[in-house]
Amino acid sequence: MIHFDNVTKVYTNQNRPALDHVSVDVDKGEFVFLVGPSGSGKSTFLRLILKEERPNSGAIHVAGKDLARLSNFKVPHLRRRIGCVFQDFRLLPNKNVYENVAFALEVIGKPRRFIRKVVPEVIELVGLEGKAHRMPDELSGGEQQRVAMARAFVNRPMILLADEPTGNIDPATSIGIMKVLDRINRTGTTVVMATHDAAIVDSMRKRVVELEDGKIVRDQSRGVYGQAY
Amino acid sequence: MRANFIFSEVWIGLRRNLTMTIAVIITVAVGMAMLGVGLMIKAQVGAMKGYWDDKVEISVFLCNKGSAMPACNGKAVTTAQIKTLEGHIKGIQGVKEVFYEDQASAYKNFQESYAANKALVEATKVEDMPQSFRVKLVDPDNYQPIIQAIEGQPGVSQVMDQKQLIGKFFDLLDKLSFYALAVAIILVLAAALLIGNTVRLSAFNRRRETGIMRLVGASNLYIQLPFVMEGTIAGLIGGVFAAVILIVTKVFLFEEIAGYFGDVTAQLTWNDVAQAITVTMIIGVLICVLASFVTLRRYLRV
Repeated sequence: MIHFDNVTKVYTNQNRPALDHVSVDVDKGEFVFLVGPSGSGKSTFLRLILKEERPNSGAIHVAGKDLARLSNFKVPHLRRRIGCVFQDFRLLPNKNVYENVAFALEVIGKPRRFIRKVVPEVIELVGLEGKAHRMPDELSGGEQQRVAMARAFVNRPMILLADEPTGNIDPATSIGIMKVLDRINRTGTTVVMATHDAAIVDSMRKRVVELEDGKIVRDQSRGVYGQAY
Repeated sequence: MRANFIFSEVWIGLRRNLTMTIAVIITVAVGMAMLGVGLMIKAQVGAMKGYWDDKVEISVFLCNKGSAMPACNGKAVTTAQIKTLEGHIKGIQGVKEVFYEDQASAYKNFQESYAANKALVEATKVEDMPQSFRVKLVDPDNYQPIIQAIEGQPGVSQVMDQKQLIGKFFDLLDKLSFYALAVAIILVLAAALLIGNTVRLSAFNRRRETGIMRLVGASNLYIQLPFVMEGTIAGLIGGVFAAVILIVTKVFLFEEIAGYFGDVTAQLTWNDVAQAITVTMIIGVLICVLASFVTLRRYLRV
């Protein structure tokens, strides 16, 4: 599903590479934690999958497509198959829960009838039934992140990328967020989650890829956050 | 493509940037009106030239008794001189027709022209009016050699060409249209910059929305169209105002002025106005679209 082959990314005006000869394979339906200190290259990894950045060398395949050969006007179609969740939720403050989720479908031109059908379903999936007409500022952080997850998942993407989704949320609420991510993963969606949260990684017992200074220092199935030797 | 979605985005954008939008509309309206007026003056000059080319003639005034013109030496023209002159004028190349106007008919014309000024009419006697030849030319623009050929002939006091008088007026109109077009170009430039700024503000205001749109895979067209439409709609509204200004100008300015210088055939037609409006609309909208696109490429990464 996601295939990195010897990928190096150096940002302009920086000497040290953000990713240094990284090779990873993520299969369909996998759940992968991406761990490592700040600046280790986690976010760069996610941005490369979205083709928000281009690698300096190496090849990236996402959903069977060679990103280097994907023309610019086809990038939006790639992104429709990838959902994204961020630490800062990125909801539209002037739209309610339903409208925020529906927005993702409206802007890719889905018919209204389809939107009316799937949006309530996905709002229920993330556990926000009955709150469809709340505004984002009336919701807790955890609830806002659920809205963001609903928006990321409403188009049934093949891949869900989560960049520290629990970074702004207290540990108790984080468990609920992880349950939703796990539920999404069980529908067959590949989930890649970058995180600093050791407790969550340890409790989930999923594959862990650890980055340090742009290099992969560990790739463990059913791993934990710290060194498990 | 969800048209109502695009339009609601456009509406939100226009409302949020209301003051900038108004500035764009005013600038486009005035700029396009200037451009249109310039075009209309050009059309007006064309219409009047066509009208006057049929009418203009050279007036050859003949000597009166006691004429102040040095060419006459204070003597009136003799009948023999009139005969020779008529033959001479008819023989000049480029002359179409020659009419002779005697003192009586000249006095009648004079009375008609100055009907309002009774004192002047009463003070003037038939003998004061000059006899004259009215010379029509094959090519009204080519009057110089003919005047030269007539001037200085015995009995000729003064040769006047209406083309010379009207030419000054046409020159003035040409200058006016040039200034109007120059102002239009400056205003169009200002409008383009204003639209650029409006779109930039708009893009900044909606960076959250566009960020999410990018993320969920909205196509570039979908992301950019609302911004371009904003500029285009502002430009269109400005163009409509400009069209109104042009129509008002035609009715209250061009028809009034043209009334002094000729009949209906010398007037700007509604066809000319429609052409000016079409041209200004197209230019206005094109500039808006271009300015929006150029700005978007810089401020809205896709």
